[in-house]
Amino acid sequence: MSQTPLLSVENLAFERDDSGLFSAVSWHVVAGDILQIEGANGSGKTTLLRLLTGSLQPSAGTIAYLGQSISACRYNYLTDMLYIGHQPAVKLNLTAEENLRWMVATAAKSNELSLNDALIQVGLAGYTDIPCYALSAGQHRRVALARLLISDARLWYLDEPFTAIDKQGVQFLQSCFQQHVERGGAVVLSTHQDLALSNVRKYNLSACAEQVV
Amino acid sequence: MARKMNSGFVAWLRRDLLLAYRRRGEVASPVLFFMMVSTLIPLGLTPEAARLGEVAAGMIWVMALLATLLSVDGMFASDYQDGSLEQMLITPQLLPLPLLGKITAHWLTTGLPLTLVSPLLGLMMSLPSAGYLPLLCSLALGTACLSLVGAVGAALTVSLRKGGLLLSLLVMPLYMPVIIFGTATVSYAVDGLNWLPPLALLGALLAASVALCPLAAAGALRVTASN
Repeated sequence: MSQTPLLSVENLAFERDDSGLFSAVSWHVVAGDILQIEGANGSGKTTLLRLLTGSLQPSAGTIAYLGQSISACRYNYLTDMLYIGHQPAVKLNLTAEENLRWMVATAAKSNELSLNDALIQVGLAGYTDIPCYALSAGQHRRVALARLLISDARLWYLDEPFTAIDKQGVQFLQSCFQQHVERGGAVVLSTHQDLALSNVRKYNLSACAEQVV
Repeated sequence: MARKMNSGFVAWLRRDLLLAYRRRGEVASPVLFFMMVSTLIPLGLTPEAARLGEVAAGMIWVMALLATLLSVDGMFASDYQDGSLEQMLITPQLLPLPLLGKITAHWLTTGLPLTLVSPLLGLMMSLPSAGYLPLLCSLALGTACLSLVGAVGAALTVSLRKGGLLLSLLVMPLYMPVIIFGTATVSYAVDGLNWLPPLALLGALLAASVALCPLAAAGALRVTASN
């Protein structure tokens, strides 16, 4: 059953302003995994996810995608990855549909689901042609999360995906995760909430915090 | 699958044009500034056609430059705040191409309108009739240079809270050749000389900017993102 992990992280460390944030972070993710990054506020969950996207450089350690360093297979890696950060990247002057259209147009891999269907599935039926400044914070996040339904990327990195989302939304998202991992994808997410899914692995980042000398 | 091998250029261009269309009032402000100052100059300086005509070309170019400088500041600011810039940095496409899309959108919404209203301002400033065509041509090429160079400055200062002044200081020296050859094009024509050489130099500047500025801006944004 040896299988090349989709993503493996070895001995990852990150320093900011000469003080370490975390070190010796090691784990791997195979197809079908849901990895929940836990940790106190300020323990570096967002930083870890940004390291995974390649927009930050680790001070030590490696991140490998299918056994190859992510800088060596940048294009393949980035086409197979979807990152939704703290800020939902929703433009307030555009409607939900227009927002989703440019998000999908800039992504490399997408399936055949129409924008409208995706927005209906995330519960924005009837809001698709209203400018986003008229929508609530939770609805902004739903616009961003609609990308999950359209994307064909196998690796999902989600930073606090449940922020501002109501109970039904949380359930819906979890069922999305379940479907995604059943299709052979993997999810890495940071959240403080306990997920109702059975196959979640947890990784506590606070344990990797650098000791202040 | 060919459709999906997109460069990101069209997607970002379309998005920024749509955004500009939604904030028409804000986008029109550089052009309004341009027009307001031109109405004030004859009042403050002199309404005498002969004397005004002498300074018209230089004045119009200075105002075009300042109007562009006003708008270049916000090129990446809102994208930085709402996280779209982060998304741009992790798209698999080569970063200069989406950036070139954004810069093109910026020029279409500031430089091009400025160019198109410039004959009207030439009229207000009693620009001699030989200067109109060179003014249009030089502004069309020159404002594109200004947008491209400005994008590099905007990319460098996007993460600073108050980057406006620093941005002006950074890009001002790079704007100088543009304004020198821009005004030279118009004044050569007014003096009855061949105005194509300075225009050709402006074209060369534009060619160099198109090739280099998106690369420089991409590098600057990567540095910004890693802080």
